[in-house]
Amino acid sequence: MGAIWAVIQTEKGEPRGVSYETIAGGQKLAAALGKPLEALVLGAGVAGAAEKVAARKVERVRVIEDPKLDPYTPDPYTAALRLAVEAEKPDYVLFPHTYQVRDWVPRLAAALDAGFISDVVDLRADGGEPVFVRQPYQGKLNADCAFTGSGPRLVSFQAGAFLADDAAKGDASAEIVAQPVDLSGVEVRTQVLETFQEVENKVDLSRADVIVAVGRGIGKQENLGVVEELAAALGGQLAASRPVCDNEWLPMDRQIGSSGQTVAPRLYLAIGISGAIQHLVGMKNSGTIVAINKDANAPIFSVADYGIVGDLFEIVPALTAKVKEARGA
Amino acid sequence: MKIVVCIKQVPERDARLRIASDGKSVDTAGVATEINESDQYALEAGLRVAEKVGGEVVALLLGPDAAEEAIRRALAMGAARAIHLNDAGFQGGDASSAAKALAAAVRQESPDLVLTGLQSDDAGWSQTGVILAQLLGWPSATLIMEIEQPEDGRIKVKRELEAGWFQWITLPLPAVLTIQSGIYPVRYATLKGIMGAKKKEMKKMGPADVGVDGGQVGAAGRKVELKRLYVPEKTAEAEILEGDAATAAASLVDRLQKEAKVL
Repeated sequence: MGAIWAVIQTEKGEPRGVSYETIAGGQKLAAALGKPLEALVLGAGVAGAAEKVAARKVERVRVIEDPKLDPYTPDPYTAALRLAVEAEKPDYVLFPHTYQVRDWVPRLAAALDAGFISDVVDLRADGGEPVFVRQPYQGKLNADCAFTGSGPRLVSFQAGAFLADDAAKGDASAEIVAQPVDLSGVEVRTQVLETFQEVENKVDLSRADVIVAVGRGIGKQENLGVVEELAAALGGQLAASRPVCDNEWLPMDRQIGSSGQTVAPRLYLAIGISGAIQHLVGMKNSGTIVAINKDANAPIFSVADYGIVGDLFEIVPALTAKVKEARGA
Repeated sequence: MKIVVCIKQVPERDARLRIASDGKSVDTAGVATEINESDQYALEAGLRVAEKVGGEVVALLLGPDAAEEAIRRALAMGAARAIHLNDAGFQGGDASSAAKALAAAVRQESPDLVLTGLQSDDAGWSQTGVILAQLLGWPSATLIMEIEQPEDGRIKVKRELEAGWFQWITLPLPAVLTIQSGIYPVRYATLKGIMGAKKKEMKKMGPADVGVDGGQVGAAGRKVELKRLYVPEKTAEAEILEGDAATAAASLVDRLQKEAKVL
């Protein structure tokens, strides 16, 4: 019987937080299928990361250590895991659905001729056959997916699908074993020149007490005035979802979400934001969340405490007036 | 320089989606469509590179007859010609079987560069472009936010990492790049472009035309099966405040003051 592997993504020699989520998801799959869960750490200088991972409840930790794995590039990562999978034949290989995973794991799937169910939010076993739940159509629908045919099965979990804190600790530290792979013949075609932060965030939204965030529903830059007035009335910071910054209606340092800032203010107002997962991961821990959107089925309402369904150009000015009244301005 | 841009037709973002009677797909009847958002950016990026260094952009789309609308739009924006992988044998696939069909068509064209969007707004696998690169044996890079002019057979691009980090990398051509939304403002099709598009070549091709085994593509070639598509149950329901704008706004302020105590 093949094992389940949780592949650990590291950063500066440490396991990234999402990697514990992968272990938590792996533990759930292992329990559902009665298969052993192992962790696999790959990189250069990752002995410390392997030790941390070994404290979690896994059968063993496999380590692929090779100087070609730092800095990350897709060719050696694909080659390393392909060789390891071909040698050990795990049944399932699990990943966090990070930007890095999107860059190389589809290559691995093609190289192994394996199926890859990406961006999974939940899993269960129906009569021994695992079913993986995804959220296609921008999170508007759910899809139950299953693998067909044989061969290794690759799965990536959406950030937050499982909780890092749920990754159970083991009674004793798991054994750590080297997983030998020969990367000497692997050509690294990608050359990394420079890794950098684009702009020093002039606005540190993570310190804001109140955030008024605006999305695609605002329509155009000239319409921003109504939300600016609301933000001023609340004494809050103005922020945006990605499409607003892509269109250059607001600068990039106002962006909330996976490619922008992560915030948890006391009060968060999402205006004309549908609530794609990339946005939700950046704000779902806010204290009180208010959503104003014309689409009653928008995913943002599932994380909001209060919602108003309707035309933001009518609701926001009315709200600004009421806020001013309440604050005695 | 020859550039192939892979595009997909998807339901419009605001479209109301109904599940079809098979319980596994969306009923597309009467649903407005558009070119997938990040594919629009890929097309824009391809046109810019071709305009700078010279060459042509070929639009490549896998989809049914109705997807001709998306192809016309791509041609109107400036693609020189289009290939439409349109055959019952291509339908019902996953990212893997779609990439196999696209790879077969790309091999026939042997371009210098292939661009795709980062991910589709419907299935959202974020796999197809990268699988395509592996099938072709080419290098790839994802989440591209800037493309510089090729030099000495290599191309320099800016990748988006997470949490505001970026990276400049180079890779040898031919290569596949998957484009992140926002790379460059997307042009509108001009009236002249729309008129000109009608005269441009749009080649319809099936599995035999591109030389791919029918068992590798479409539903026959898939490795992942969609068992059921359904509307998610809402986990935590927001309290929806009813009434006209003034009434709803007043209820909200009242709750923010008295319940949530944040005002």
